[in-house]
Amino acid sequence: MTRFAAALVLGLCSTAVPATAEKIVVSLSHHRVAITSSFTGEDLILFGAIEADSSGAQVRDTYDIVATVVGPRQTFRTRRKERVLGIWVNVDSRRFLNVPSYLSVLANRPFTHITNTETLRKDQIGLDNYLLTQRVGADFADTVRDDPFRAAFVRIENEHGLYNESTAAVSFITPTVFRAAIPLPSAVPTGVYMADIKLYAGGEMVGRTETAFEITKAGFEEFVAEAAREHGLIYGLVTAMLALLTGWFASIMLRRD
Amino acid sequence: MQIYLPIAELPVSIFLVLGMGLAVGFISGMFGIGGGFLMTPLLIFIGVPPAVSVASVTSHIAASSFSGAISYWRKRAIDIALALMLLGGGFVGTAVGVWLFTKLRTLDQLDLVIGLAYVTLLSVVGSLMVYEAACAIMRERHGMPPTLRRPGSHAWFHGLPFKVRFKRSKIYVSAIPVWAIGFVIGFVGAIMGIGGGFLLVPMLIYLLRVPTATVIGTSMVLTLVTMASATVMHAATNHQVDAVLSLILMIGGVIGATFGARTGQRMRSERLRMLLGLLVLAVGLRFAYSLIIEPEDLFSIRAVLGS
Repeated sequence: MTRFAAALVLGLCSTAVPATAEKIVVSLSHHRVAITSSFTGEDLILFGAIEADSSGAQVRDTYDIVATVVGPRQTFRTRRKERVLGIWVNVDSRRFLNVPSYLSVLANRPFTHITNTETLRKDQIGLDNYLLTQRVGADFADTVRDDPFRAAFVRIENEHGLYNESTAAVSFITPTVFRAAIPLPSAVPTGVYMADIKLYAGGEMVGRTETAFEITKAGFEEFVAEAAREHGLIYGLVTAMLALLTGWFASIMLRRD
Repeated sequence: MQIYLPIAELPVSIFLVLGMGLAVGFISGMFGIGGGFLMTPLLIFIGVPPAVSVASVTSHIAASSFSGAISYWRKRAIDIALALMLLGGGFVGTAVGVWLFTKLRTLDQLDLVIGLAYVTLLSVVGSLMVYEAACAIMRERHGMPPTLRRPGSHAWFHGLPFKVRFKRSKIYVSAIPVWAIGFVIGFVGAIMGIGGGFLLVPMLIYLLRVPTATVIGTSMVLTLVTMASATVMHAATNHQVDAVLSLILMIGGVIGATFGARTGQRMRSERLRMLLGLLVLAVGLRFAYSLIIEPEDLFSIRAVLGS
């Protein structure tokens, strides 16, 4: 009886999982982006191929791809100014807790053409539907998408190139092979990035895979950043000595007698 | 040519930053001030985070004031005794300033306090300097001796006890106002992230009657010590000093300061004070403008550190 129940549960489970009849295989142009002294931003290329699963399902004619790339998480505060006694002062603020410091949503066509709004919300497709937890008083919630603080947060991050969405960034080379360019701006934060690739067919999610890459400072940049972080006092003394040396050197070099 | 700044985490144009260093260095050499009140807002304007700007500017000021101090030392234009006594008050002032800084940051009104402090201080000091210099120029035009009547030459604090003789500056004043001036400079410097040279020079001239010959050199020694220790403190506590940014600023700064000092020495003292007054006033009005005019974007975001 127990065995039967277990089998039933297992059976129910396997049907509850969306029909993942297809498998996606993805690869990135690099898994490690090195920020060197000449870094001014770059595009990371994601390649992918759709394959039929071993269960014998057929590859369909048309697919849609949505890739959500999420950078290291951080807490931000969005503040709003208001005029008080003739001067502009920050009067109100909201905290966005552990939200991505970089968020990019890439697709091959407009999200509403891929699936219905209900699924878009459930699968967190697009900047509007991505969950950005904020603290409102004592509560934690992602309020509605037209919340002014949320809208302002997404807009400002978008102006910095850190939040972006494109419904033309994914292109199909053949009906089952696709390519996407992940835009990394010059001020991209360092850390581990996750790319979540969802495959849709006929408005249903039929496959999903994840891949990761890392953005790190390299060479001299890494050395300086690590020294500043790990050996603050020595770093400060060295910088101060550097200042004195520069000043001393200048007074000798540019002396006019 | 772009270079990536490791702590500020953004690329900047080397020539832009070098040019800013040169320009601010020139002004600082000319007037004998640090120039932090110009450089910090400029860096914030090009996108460097405020914390990194304040912390990195300190080493730039240390470099240009050191090269300036050396040349004043050669001319025997530094009053070490006076500088040391000012520093004593300065350290206490800095400690109180840092304490208040932390307190205000938890209240979330630090930006406003800094903004208002800049507006008030720069506008008042700038106006006073312009007024004083204009009077001096007028007196000179009318053929009167420039030192006919020095306003406030017999102020109440000149009668205070603990009188000390400063030989190099040829003044004999109470230690109390000297300590108080040092305290005010240290306090204001910690709150506003500036060296305070533009405040110190007029205070030494008008309050303590320090002769023009030693005032700039002495002010530079004070700026050098406070800014070099601020660099070390910022690096050790906040880890926000960007050495790459600092180095570019320093190189531009020391070259600019050397040429600025030459230009400054050729100019008449009243003209120099008038120009500095106008500059200080202009920066003050710029800050006032940004507080009064409706900002383009009412919203701003800031990363919460330590999360």
